[in-house]
Amino acid sequence: MQRRTLLKAGLFGGGALLVAGGALRLLGGDTESAATGAAARRVLDAVMPAMLAGTLPEDPAARARALGAGRERTLATIAALPPAVRRELGQLFTLLDSRAGSWLAGLDDWDMATPQAVSRALQSWRVHRFALLQTAYHALHDLVLGPWYADPSTWDAIGYPGPITL
Amino acid sequence: MSTTPIAVARPPIADPVAEGVARGWRVIDGASLVGDQQLGCDVVIVGTGAGGGIAADLLTRAGLDVVLVEEGPLKSSRDFRMREADAYPQLYWDAASRKTHDKAISILQGRAVGGSTTVNWTSSFRTPPATLAVWRERFGLEDLTEAALAPAFEQVERRLGITPWSVAPNENNALLQRGAAALGIATAAIRRNVRDCWNLGYCGMGCPTNAKQSMLVTCIPDALGRGARLFTRLRAERVAFVGNRADHLVCAALRDDGLTSSGATLTVRARHVVLAGGAINTPGILLRSEAPDPYERLGRRTFLHPTTVSAARMAQRVDGHAGAPQSVFSDHFLDSQPIDGPLGFKLEAPPLHPVLFATTLHGFGAQHATLMREFNRTHVLLALLRDGFHTDSPGGRVLLDGARPVLDYPLTAAVWDGVRRSLLAMAEIQFAAGAQQVYPVHELAEGYTSFSAAKAAIAALPMKPLLTRIVSAHVMGGCGMAASERKGVTNVRGRHHQIENLSVFDGSLFPTSVGANPQLSIYGLVTRLAQQLASEMTGKPATPLG
Repeated sequence: MQRRTLLKAGLFGGGALLVAGGALRLLGGDTESAATGAAARRVLDAVMPAMLAGTLPEDPAARARALGAGRERTLATIAALPPAVRRELGQLFTLLDSRAGSWLAGLDDWDMATPQAVSRALQSWRVHRFALLQTAYHALHDLVLGPWYADPSTWDAIGYPGPITL
Repeated sequence: MSTTPIAVARPPIADPVAEGVARGWRVIDGASLVGDQQLGCDVVIVGTGAGGGIAADLLTRAGLDVVLVEEGPLKSSRDFRMREADAYPQLYWDAASRKTHDKAISILQGRAVGGSTTVNWTSSFRTPPATLAVWRERFGLEDLTEAALAPAFEQVERRLGITPWSVAPNENNALLQRGAAALGIATAAIRRNVRDCWNLGYCGMGCPTNAKQSMLVTCIPDALGRGARLFTRLRAERVAFVGNRADHLVCAALRDDGLTSSGATLTVRARHVVLAGGAINTPGILLRSEAPDPYERLGRRTFLHPTTVSAARMAQRVDGHAGAPQSVFSDHFLDSQPIDGPLGFKLEAPPLHPVLFATTLHGFGAQHATLMREFNRTHVLLALLRDGFHTDSPGGRVLLDGARPVLDYPLTAAVWDGVRRSLLAMAEIQFAAGAQQVYPVHELAEGYTSFSAAKAAIAALPMKPLLTRIVSAHVMGGCGMAASERKGVTNVRGRHHQIENLSVFDGSLFPTSVGANPQLSIYGLVTRLAQQLASEMTGKPATPLG
């Protein structure tokens, strides 16, 4: 929490973004495929339980299945986006998955983060004064919640009957 | 009142597009092209939406040889399964997640044969007289009077079945009607371009019954029936100029993914080039082509009708997914103030479908899940702000990011002032309609249980990009018409001021926003302009739309 407080106070905020940008350039590589690669999976696996809290099954096995299926729907959605958008998302996931990224989220690393800690990070980014983190929040919001509710398995919970059969 | 279609035995739904292709329409999938090919024609039209469709119909009617270039795929009723998961990636730019440069505004724009007309919500309004008056006064477009445009609108309305919608509105729209009435605010029924509509509510995913009279099932089939050639999944890259003339158009074929270039190209030589790719793409092509722009007008003054969203939880079922999506509107907040004063707004009630609603709704986790569980009891209003008239509302600018056009749209103080007033007006109407709780769509807003609480909160909410949700489905301007080349890219005939054989026939012509859903304005204006062009190219009087 202390790091996030420092960030909020703006003492190292600008520096953090410069470091993050530099790290991104050093990481280099194929950012387009990074949009659906290992970094994207790690970040999504950490973010989804927080983003979808309140919609997930209680039973651990059912919950894991639902999250896994949701993550694959998100990755398929990303894969259908134009190359320029995938490149931006690849950069975003590469940044978030880096040490600088977990630092910005106030986490030691994504793999070990609890949904509560991720939720705090999302809440902080949502209203953050850095547009980069706000846009990261919005991208994750749309990429998780859109594909989640695109699937008929989620419609019962919201009472949507789905389209009629013609 | 019923929003459920009457269950009667119906014959299987015919697919006129698939039938036309089977009959031998000349439709070529860009993904099948190899190498570098060339062809010639009288007119090449880039884009098959509201502008390109009308132009193709009228120019082929005049006997001209027309080639249509469309970046999206050809999809038709057999493909329209009323599922967001299919429709958004197939039929919209960026899978329905196109954004402004700073990501603060989400833009819905169609990307398929028929353009946005294939996926729009069928709202049909003639260009408001007050808007035309500003175009005449400020941009010297003397010809654009109500009387001069009336014959064009009459032809389009006949051709596309645009009539008052006499079916009872669904509950989502009825709530706008009732809430407004309780406050003494006038509403009226929206006219729609439909024939034998089933009142399903899935217009935004492509009409599965071909009731919507989009370009896909009207003007494009007519043009193809007269021998026009349609290339799909073909991206118009640039126009090459020789002196003050467009010489040829260079196109890049896409792969089977519909997104990436295969390396194959098609060069089209035409006597005349029509750009109708929609505002953002049309300025984008001209920017990529390094078209002359001596007065720096290209891509400037691009408008969006920045749109705010207010959700409300009702006691009763609303079922906003069912029934004609937009059937009631109010222009009270447009008509009650000067057009160049504080920004006015049009009120409408949109369709609610799970993906569109879940992504538009603010918040995450338990807060979001709670609101989603009330999906069927949720009523939503939209306020479309009329941008481009106030001096502090100059719109945005289309720029190139590499080869990709991107819209930079700064949200000014005048726009934010309108945003705040619009959220307040929608909350008041929703409470008047019986809302239990109103949620202005803003990251810092909560659910409010009384108008006084909502009023106090809305007055205090910080109006900033990425905090206040702003969306748009109406991109206009960027190649604005003006009598003087100092004020616009195109003249009153839609002709490029510096390139004599290049016309812009789409929403990018508008010198301000329209102040109403733009499809009928595009149809009407392009009917007039395409008839002028046909007559000029053939030396004969133009035939009307059939």
